[in-house]
Amino acid sequence: MNWLLEPFRHEFMQRALFGCALIGFTNGALSAFIVLRRLALMADAMAHSLLPGVAVALLLFGLAPSGLFFGALVAALLVALGVQIISGSSRIKEDTSLGLLFACSFSLGLVLLSFSPAQVNVTHYLFGNILGLADSDLWIIYLISLMVLPLLALFQRPLVLIMFEPSIAAIQGIWVKLLTYLLMGLLVLSMIASLQAVGVILALGMLIAPAATIYLCSDSFPAMFWGGGLIGMFGSCAGLFVSYWLNLPSGACIVLTLGLIFFVAYLFSPKYGALPKLLRRRQHFHGTSGPH
Amino acid sequence: MLHQLVIKDLTVAYRRVPAVHHLNLVLSCGHRVGLLGPNGAGKTSLFKALVGLVPLATGSVNFGGHGKTPAAAEIAYLPQRSAVDWDFPVTVRGLVEMGRYQRLSWWRPFAQEDARAVEDALSTIGLNDLADRQISALSGGQQQRAFIARSLAQNAHVFLLDEPFAGLDRPAQDLLGDTIRRLAEKGNLVIAAHHDLKTVPELFDQVIFLNRKLIGFGDTTETFTEENIAGTFDTPVLSGATDSLGR
Repeated sequence: MNWLLEPFRHEFMQRALFGCALIGFTNGALSAFIVLRRLALMADAMAHSLLPGVAVALLLFGLAPSGLFFGALVAALLVALGVQIISGSSRIKEDTSLGLLFACSFSLGLVLLSFSPAQVNVTHYLFGNILGLADSDLWIIYLISLMVLPLLALFQRPLVLIMFEPSIAAIQGIWVKLLTYLLMGLLVLSMIASLQAVGVILALGMLIAPAATIYLCSDSFPAMFWGGGLIGMFGSCAGLFVSYWLNLPSGACIVLTLGLIFFVAYLFSPKYGALPKLLRRRQHFHGTSGPH
Repeated sequence: MLHQLVIKDLTVAYRRVPAVHHLNLVLSCGHRVGLLGPNGAGKTSLFKALVGLVPLATGSVNFGGHGKTPAAAEIAYLPQRSAVDWDFPVTVRGLVEMGRYQRLSWWRPFAQEDARAVEDALSTIGLNDLADRQISALSGGQQQRAFIARSLAQNAHVFLLDEPFAGLDRPAQDLLGDTIRRLAEKGNLVIAAHHDLKTVPELFDQVIFLNRKLIGFGDTTETFTEENIAGTFDTPVLSGATDSLGR
């Protein structure tokens, strides 16, 4: 048992574990909406567009976490707004303007970071540094989770209707546009929360893998929502331990653990797994073509 | 009280191009109405206008004289099967439960009354045994009936079905036809966009001929004529479709 408890002796590990559990659960629960609304590419673009905001905040306020938080928020909102403006006022479609803006804003972020007077390690924001969580980081993660989770749970019904049948939702008087914006806003917030843990590039893994896993195992949306949260939480914590024991980068280990859980479900899920499906088809084949 | 769906001078337009012109119709509950017309005749546009999904360029829609705009819960629109994400993680029961969402708004918990309404809808439509199946694991006809069950749970009185018989085999068609007949007998109004003219007389007791404007409306026995078919579909397609009326 000692090997299991040993990591907890370090304060940085306690903090990291707490952060992992919160971020993992929040992103995991949110991932149900990302997967079903097919927002994966949108989420990726948003995550990358956080970088220039972080860079500007660094230039203006130094390493203060509240500054970084607002910088990232403003950058994400500007890119989201820019996408709407460009696709709304020209013949350029939404996916094209999204791709264009996120590549540009990510590049702008890299350029700005090179001007930063403080010695800033770019990889810190690209790939996260969960072992270096400060109190203020934990507070931000905590407050964001406290906001995102209840709102998602509260608006589950209308959001499910919007995802399943937007037109029927509109008929029933649901504010489709407003709730879609709310979902995007919550997406940006939880991405900011995971910025410290896994960084802008790996954040996508936490936002997709948990619900994609449950999607292969269950036909219930609440299962995807809460189960996604649980898988996100346990997967992230497990990934953190693995990175501690093997002395590997923590963000990458977290995402790899979540990916591993997904592949196990992909292969073995009794309901929609690849192998059980193959077996069923084979049984069916033998069952119907045999001599009667 | 006899409920009526009253459509007065209804025009629907997309980018100022009218899809349906100045339509006047009075439909009474208790009927099975076939909405007939070629592709692009404005059938789906009419449905969308009736539920308030597209704005009315002119005219009004009244149901039962209740109000200016129809109460969303009373008119149920069932989209074409191709418009549904069948891989969505929802079971038949979950789908029917969605019919209660509007009544519950976004926060009120599911009460016994709601559970009963869901079970009633499932048994009316005969899907109790399949209630825990995911919706893609149903046949085409069962999928249509599952959506009808949801509208029942919603307490709808008017059912707008967009090509419900498309792609169904004969037994499934008969079963869905029975379901529609029973809905009408219970005092509901069922309007179905339909393209297979051969089956019109057995499925519907009233028909609407629509091709951007109203060509004809009335009891199937009187209105479902070669002349109206030719006038709606431009060419006398499927001549002989009215033979089954015995004329």
